[in-house]
Amino acid sequence: MGKTIAEKIFAAHLRDEPFPGAKVLSLDRVLCHEITTPVAIADLEARGKDRVFDRTKIKAVIDHVTPAKDSKTALQAKMLRDWARRHEITDFFDVGHNGVCHAIFPEKGYIRPGFTVIMGDSHTCTHGAFGAFAAGVGTTDLEVGILKGVCAFREPATIRINLTGTLAPKVYAKDVILFVIGQLGVNGATDRVIEFRGPVIEAMSMESRMTLCNMAIEAGGTSGICLPDMTTVDYLWPFISGEFASREAALADYKQWWSDDDAVYEKTLDFDISALEPMVTFGFKPDCVKPVREMAGAPVDQIYIGTCTNGRIEDLREAAAILKGKTISANVRGIVSPATPKIFQQAMQEGIIDIFMSAGFCVTNPTCGACLGMSNGVLAEGEVCASTSNRNFNGRMGKGGMVHLMSPATAAATALTGVLTDPRTI
Amino acid sequence: MKKHFTGPAIFLDRSDINTDEIIPAKYLTEVTKDALKPYILEDLKLEGFDPNGATLKNARVVITRANFGCGSSREHAPWVFEVNNIHTIIAESYARIFRQNMFNGGMLAIELPKEEIERLFILKSQGDVEVAVDLDKQVITAAAGQQCIEIPFELSPFDKALVAAGGWVDFADARY
Ligand code: SF4
Repeated sequence: MGKTIAEKIFAAHLRDEPFPGAKVLSLDRVLCHEITTPVAIADLEARGKDRVFDRTKIKAVIDHVTPAKDSKTALQAKMLRDWARRHEITDFFDVGHNGVCHAIFPEKGYIRPGFTVIMGDSHTCTHGAFGAFAAGVGTTDLEVGILKGVCAFREPATIRINLTGTLAPKVYAKDVILFVIGQLGVNGATDRVIEFRGPVIEAMSMESRMTLCNMAIEAGGTSGICLPDMTTVDYLWPFISGEFASREAALADYKQWWSDDDAVYEKTLDFDISALEPMVTFGFKPDCVKPVREMAGAPVDQIYIGTCTNGRIEDLREAAAILKGKTISANVRGIVSPATPKIFQQAMQEGIIDIFMSAGFCVTNPTCGACLGMSNGVLAEGEVCASTSNRNFNGRMGKGGMVHLMSPATAAATALTGVLTDPRTI
Repeated sequence: MKKHFTGPAIFLDRSDINTDEIIPAKYLTEVTKDALKPYILEDLKLEGFDPNGATLKNARVVITRANFGCGSSREHAPWVFEVNNIHTIIAESYARIFRQNMFNGGMLAIELPKEEIERLFILKSQGDVEVAVDLDKQVITAAAGQQCIEIPFELSPFDKALVAAGGWVDFADARY
């Protein structure tokens, strides 16, 4: 019987099975940010176990609220910073160098096919785009990960999603994943890995694959995952060129992780996405999804372009293509947060920052910012935000505020009119 | 802190109650569990539910529907229950990370079939419900007014071991 990619990664990393079904995996990456890590650090200190299993496999960033907005967030940043220094964590990103965790870590080439990755952050599933098993965990799992380099999982079954057809103009990975979540429901993939397959994925950039895998958790999924291919190799090449004689050799090696043809899936869903339209969420759950067309005209107060879902260069390019030479509606505030300093600089060099600013957008430093209502664009009671983020829970961006999730193109189109707008009509 | 799995229940009659409703993100700037205490379920909008009410203050057990704790990985969600002396949650199902976080902290996230959850909700019409969990026998006893029902539940040996060890850090530290 063949194995899925997730099963192969589990088998290769199995360290212990203390009880049937409880698989303790060795970890290749333990990623940390300043919201969920300080409590783990404090607990390790209190237990007299302030140690790390491997300072080169732990990566840390201050990203959620940065630069600090008040004494409390300053303390969180300080705790992470002091700890990173104390243990000489090789890769730690602070103000001036920091960006949104799920954008900056892949950008630095830290995630490789076949890796096991955990982080105290639910959207860690993003990294599955590289053919890794990447799962969000709580602070206790993170703490044990930091100390011992292991994490326990019940081995998840895999749901395979085959995407065929071609994306229509102005339809993007974000629209695909919103559609898929609408089909699965918010707990349709709980305790499952979602394996994305098919020609649509093969044609997608790594950025788009990350957008797709990023939202696996919104259907309850443990990890999203894509099979590593030449696109993966090309993206990683600057970091792996010393390890392999050629790109072909790298690909041949990474293929060991590919799901076997006779792998067993819990279920397989086939979607032809050729007719898919730009999508948007309504209500307070990410599976409440409709074509933008059906929601067109609904007023919004703020536009937010950025986050670990859609704050990458291709996202900014798509939005800028719509905003170029235009100004946003006087009824809305536009905020854009390039997800990393590298993306920010690239956007400057390509003239994208200029387009945003000329259109009337506020450009912030790389940070999670408004995404979880902690800084840089919190909503007031009753306000509505058109956002490229991944979560539309009640109050997510500020108490009493509402969020519509959408692609960067739809967000840009909505910025121009001040009401939900299908980007194909601009 | 020694965990307890017995006491008055509060019923949250909705599926998909998410971590932002359990503890809003703005309180994630706290670096101690105790500081979270006043903010439990602050943003939960549910008919008849009052985050400042006596029912929640007295509660030791939460009984709820499907996909409880979906959303963020924040362990602040189980912690806010922990520091409010709620160490037991009984639901039809959970989001994976929330469930794991409960057991990782030595607390109980019991899963019951829909019909059994329904029985508990029906029992509530008899008056305040008092719940006791027998971990060895894996049986929940729920009593209200003159009525008392017993419901067996499943618990994996690993989850049981985590509760017995007082959580994953102690378990892992002893073993790896
Ligand atoms: S951008 Fe939003 S969803 Fe992504 S890691 Fe930051 S807070 Fe979480």
